[in-house]
Amino acid sequence: MSTVSSRIDRRFAALKAEGRAGLVAFITAGDPDHDTCLNLLKGLPGAGADLIELGMPFTDPMADGPAIQASTLRALAAGARMSRTLDLVRAFRSGDVDTPIILMGYYNPIYAYGVERFLADAKSAGVDGLIVVDLPPEEDGELCLPAHAAGVNFIRLATPTTDKARLPAVLANTSGFIYYVSIAGITGAGSATSDAIAAAVAHLRTGTDLPVAVGFGITTPEGAADVARVADAAVVGSAIVRRLEANLDADAKAKPGLVADVLGFVGELAAGVRGARK
Amino acid sequence: MSLNTYRAGPDEHGHFGIYGGRFVAETLMPLILDLEKAYTAAKDDPAFKAEMGYYLSQYVGRPSKLYFAERLTNELGGAKIYLKREELNHTGAHKINNCIGQILLAKRMGKTRIIAETGAGQHGVATATVCALFGLPCTIYMGEVDIARQQPNVFRMKLLGAEVKPVVSGSRTLKDAMNEALRDWVTNVGDTFYIIGTTAGPHPYPALVRDFQSIIGHEVREQMVAMEGRLPDTLVACIGGGSNALGLFHPFLDDAEVAMVAVEAAGHGIATGAHAASLTGGRPGVLHGNRTYLLQDEDGQIVEGHSISAGLDYPGIGPEHSWLHDVGRVTYVSATDTEALDAFQRLSKVEGIIPALESAHALAEVIRRAPTLPKDHLMVVNLSGRGDKDIFTVARELGVSL
Repeated sequence: MSTVSSRIDRRFAALKAEGRAGLVAFITAGDPDHDTCLNLLKGLPGAGADLIELGMPFTDPMADGPAIQASTLRALAAGARMSRTLDLVRAFRSGDVDTPIILMGYYNPIYAYGVERFLADAKSAGVDGLIVVDLPPEEDGELCLPAHAAGVNFIRLATPTTDKARLPAVLANTSGFIYYVSIAGITGAGSATSDAIAAAVAHLRTGTDLPVAVGFGITTPEGAADVARVADAAVVGSAIVRRLEANLDADAKAKPGLVADVLGFVGELAAGVRGARK
Repeated sequence: MSLNTYRAGPDEHGHFGIYGGRFVAETLMPLILDLEKAYTAAKDDPAFKAEMGYYLSQYVGRPSKLYFAERLTNELGGAKIYLKREELNHTGAHKINNCIGQILLAKRMGKTRIIAETGAGQHGVATATVCALFGLPCTIYMGEVDIARQQPNVFRMKLLGAEVKPVVSGSRTLKDAMNEALRDWVTNVGDTFYIIGTTAGPHPYPALVRDFQSIIGHEVREQMVAMEGRLPDTLVACIGGGSNALGLFHPFLDDAEVAMVAVEAAGHGIATGAHAASLTGGRPGVLHGNRTYLLQDEDGQIVEGHSISAGLDYPGIGPEHSWLHDVGRVTYVSATDTEALDAFQRLSKVEGIIPALESAHALAEVIRRAPTLPKDHLMVVNLSGRGDKDIFTVARELGVSL
């Protein structure tokens, strides 16, 4: 869709040149608090994350399982809000001009912020793409088309229920990459078989040249490696968030060593992804 | 704003003005399109109409009576008050009208499992009832807070064979039950039909639920003409999501001489912030598949509603109501917990009818409004549910231990 090469396009081109898949790491903005989250964010590229998905907290995350629900509510309780999420991106961007950041979440906080203002502020903060769970192609006029006009990639989710008839609608107006949700369900639930994922990725490739990232249900370096053999990137969210949760005290405050432990886990996932095609 | 008709919506994208739409995850999109197709076909199928008609008459007990509340009328000394007796329906509320329609649709679509959300439990009971009637397994999502305040309905659902799943996320009330039902649906896309209980959610639900509930208004029209030889002057209904109000109002929207008043739950009072009045105290946003007025903070985070009535305790409202509000066709007001409690007791004592706390909000407005109107003013209030389920809540509020 977009003819101008974006940071996301350049990252996937670089991965292709290296002959490997990428790791997309998800964390929630402001979880467990702003400063800890910023430290995590800054450490992700060094730990091996090739792209970053930053969750925009929302009180009613309808497509998320318990781990990300808890994460988003923790962030809100710690004072997260849209302007602070953009602050995190801006602070990250001051030290990293290459790693793409994709904001992921639900439409209402964006709508409340104001679409035009949000796109302008997100773009200037250094946001590269958006994944908005509750905006299917039928609602493209809301944010997808304005995002393209503002030079921000709009990444669509394809799912096991996206059949042949529907696929063209899902692929139209998509840019950056396609995110294949490998199970019908919420984040952090079950996982699909490697064969099913391979078949689905192949099906998507019949309709697009965009890179395909696969997520939902990837929890281990081995699982990430399985996906990395057939897709252009593996997305891990709930498992990272659960690792973060394991490093909280009874008051949901970060214990010492949280950042190092979570980044260590991301490193293991990255090693899985990087070793997959060897 | 002047329109030729107020009854044409939604458009093909499910919009009522800027409201409504289909704001759902991609996983659900094909299901919603299937539902729309199935509903469009069913609507025009005489066999579907006949089947609905059979169950509404023989099982639900329709038509419900339009009862002249003579003692209440005399006490208030103004408008002539009629009660649309939806509380006499099987299961004790209007909710069953919609459930019969949706379960017949589910059957047509070959779905074998039913899910639903519930607040007060009336929709849960109605859903569990039709699932028993048609032999389909059913899971009802209900917030933990609501389970505590609506114990009789919880037990009723279990007796009917439903599995009641307590929802512990978020505020543990109706909105969270809806989130959890959506999570179930997205996980069980193949066999599951989601029976939404109000005129909200993604298109086509708001239109479909409204159509199934419009039998209320169609009956009132015939009954009033038979009894008084003309249309009513004012219609009054309570409003949470808005299905009983829209069911009563919709057939009259193009009759300019009929005024309509919908009553939101003001909880402890709008000024306190502890209320569930989305139109009075909220602004447009996107939640649960549609754009509509929502209780939210300036950052777009959803704020928990409050009402003594679990059935009105929802931070949103059906999208068609948002549109009717903006174009000014319906007047939206609110009643507090205290006003509803007073109306609850008053109708019980004066007419021998214990209303649901939800419907008591509508009665509170009748009590305010009727005395100011002439004696030939015909006012219809939707008695959308009966109050047996609320006696524990009311006893507690009145300081009575049972």
